[in-house]
Amino acid sequence: MMKLLPKTNIDFLKYRKVYFSLFALLLVVGVICFFTKGFNMGIDFTGGTMVQIKFEQPVEMSQVRSALTATGTNSELQSFGDNSFAISEKSTSEEVGVVQQRIENALNTLNVPYTVLQTNSVGPAVGANMTERALWSILLSMVFIIIYVAFRFNNILWGLSGVVALFHDLFLMAVAFSITQREIDLVVVAAFLTVAGFSINDTIVIFDRMRENVRLHPKISFGELINLSINETLSRTVITTLTVIFALLVLYFFGGEVINSFAFAMLIGCISGVYSTIALTTPLVYTWSHGEYHDGSNNAERPATRQNAEEVVREHQNGFSSRRPASRRQRRNHR
Amino acid sequence: MSNKLAVKWGLIIAILLGSVYLIYPNYKWYSKPLADREQLDTLGERPKRMLNLGLDLRGGSSLLLELEVAKLNTSEPLNEAMQRAVEIIRNRIDQYGLAETQITRQGDKWIMVQLPGVSNPQRAEELIGKTAMLEFRIVKEDISVAQAAIEALENSDKPFDDEGNVAPEIAKLVPAGYQLMRTKDGSYNLVTDTATVTGADLETARVVMMGENGYPEVSFSFKAEGSKKFGQLTGANIGKRLAIVLDNTIQSAPTVQSRITQQGRISGTFSPDEARQLAIVLKAGALPAPVKIIEKKTIGPTLGEDSIKSGLFASGIALLLILLFMAVYYKAAGVIADIALLLNFVFTVAIMSYFSATLTLPGIAGMILSLAMAIDANVLIIERMREEKLLGKPVYEIINLGYDKAWSAIFDSNITTMIVGACLLQFGTGPVKGFAVTLIIGLGVSLFTAVFVTRAIYELILTSNTKEISL
Repeated sequence: MMKLLPKTNIDFLKYRKVYFSLFALLLVVGVICFFTKGFNMGIDFTGGTMVQIKFEQPVEMSQVRSALTATGTNSELQSFGDNSFAISEKSTSEEVGVVQQRIENALNTLNVPYTVLQTNSVGPAVGANMTERALWSILLSMVFIIIYVAFRFNNILWGLSGVVALFHDLFLMAVAFSITQREIDLVVVAAFLTVAGFSINDTIVIFDRMRENVRLHPKISFGELINLSINETLSRTVITTLTVIFALLVLYFFGGEVINSFAFAMLIGCISGVYSTIALTTPLVYTWSHGEYHDGSNNAERPATRQNAEEVVREHQNGFSSRRPASRRQRRNHR
Repeated sequence: MSNKLAVKWGLIIAILLGSVYLIYPNYKWYSKPLADREQLDTLGERPKRMLNLGLDLRGGSSLLLELEVAKLNTSEPLNEAMQRAVEIIRNRIDQYGLAETQITRQGDKWIMVQLPGVSNPQRAEELIGKTAMLEFRIVKEDISVAQAAIEALENSDKPFDDEGNVAPEIAKLVPAGYQLMRTKDGSYNLVTDTATVTGADLETARVVMMGENGYPEVSFSFKAEGSKKFGQLTGANIGKRLAIVLDNTIQSAPTVQSRITQQGRISGTFSPDEARQLAIVLKAGALPAPVKIIEKKTIGPTLGEDSIKSGLFASGIALLLILLFMAVYYKAAGVIADIALLLNFVFTVAIMSYFSATLTLPGIAGMILSLAMAIDANVLIIERMREEKLLGKPVYEIINLGYDKAWSAIFDSNITTMIVGACLLQFGTGPVKGFAVTLIIGLGVSLFTAVFVTRAIYELILTSNTKEISL
């Protein structure tokens, strides 16, 4: 059996104050970033015009720039190498096509033949609608996830803390896009939503273990239960995350321009997703439940003796014996 | 092999065969040269159930149109007007012979027109942009009744706006029952302010290449009802001039010689292409209100080709790495997971072909996410099996327990991701929707392949009395 990780017994909850402080720090840094640097929103959201062209002969970027300024266009210029350039003008309220015509007129003054690779003109109303729709789908996803998790795990606190972690991941991604000033287009929004799905996935796996361990080790303290569950699922977490990160790195480096932004967003979101499940979701569940396990059906307090917990962990390290039910039928009886 | 296992395998093989059957037309189509495909397209002989490539992958244009609701006739509900507008635009585009166009409604007052393979949509824009309001009005030759208005008009720099409406300060000087209208040559006429016969009364319209004055003309014929109305209008106005008004502009104003019921024609200085467009829009009918282009995207064919190449290349490498890693790390169990992963891909493409779904770059990303979820499901199962193996359980029990215990986590995580997908599908537009569709299909398929199919493989291996499986 090939193993990346030895069997671990890490006390993840011990550092929860550190995690919470880091989260607070991230919030502060993020808000400062949002106000000072803001976001580089793509044309899909701001409205505006983008024209990407390729000259048939070598043309200097400065030449293109001066041609544009000469005609008084307030455009951003981006070079892709091999004589292709993207000229974009954001937040214009002019009619679709007017700006494009103006840009093409400016380029014609260079007297170098070119082919238009891509154009994109978005009216302001469309952009506003896109932003609204994207925000709605994120908000709605969160609400439905809280409801589903609360329903499946009999506890609304679990659902809420899962969504806090989700918020952490999306927030971190937003900060990353604000700092790097990468353009946020529709594909990046898709990446944000993918991360939302993937991040909650990690949370579910650990919650699932906790749900199971509650039945298996009825005497263990809630803190130990959480640590045990994270440790038990750690090797799965590492393997899955590594495979996904592998795939994303390949997409990041070889996937081409459009996929590059997607992969960047996903990379940050996936790493953050694993971290936030361990460092936010479960510590929050622990703190909010005052270190005790509450089940929606009965509010019986769990004995939290240190000795008891150590016993279980030791047992766990030696491999389980009699406590673990041997078949599904027996497990059903436990419920 | 037990009966139950035989049924399982029968089902899997049937689905696999079905998938191959669904995917085959794609292979056959895309292996044809581009020119052949285009020709078959225009003949309408493109297979129906097939995976389409989105504009970002094959190049093309898309236009988002907004119906100017304020100019709508108030008696028609918005919903009906939109349906009619979509139909009319579809008719116009179809008659122009563009293949595989997609015209869909978006939200309350938006219409999305997608034109694959068209990198300069100018003609389509012209075709769509024409309101094609055809009207017949009687010219009032005695302009003395509107003397004040005409003086104001002659002194004005811009008496008519771009859409042909007369400036409001002039309009209020015109006596009731009349209206000033511009003519094509830059002049104006005083005409009646109501039009009893309109483009809606037309049965058909066609181009006459050599008209009376050497220019192409558009001839048209009336429907039964329209024919009656036009007969009344011309019969009552013999000797007067009849203005043929198209989009608020008088095209020509011939004198009515006799009562006309059957047909007429519009002459002017049309180019052959203009005449052809006019005939098309007249035949398709007038839009309930003008439309405005609010978004326009074009992607050149080379860019589409580039993105498909680098995207496919990177996805292929990523997939290979994952397959390799699983096989090395989890040995036999990893290979079984790999088989499931490949089947996941095949089934997803088959389902998308069946629904004639459109594959876009974000769609490929959605597929990648669902593959990642499929891997996770297998990792969960195999890790559980490893735990059981460490306890020294017999092989059949390792497998059963592995699946039983991993199931709840796999199910819940797939459902939550599907919730996100469903929200995207509901609120997303264009590219985001493409992502959501492949994600949801992929997740559904992954539940089947990563859990049902892999288990069937283990069960098949167990029938040969295997004592151990390398994990």
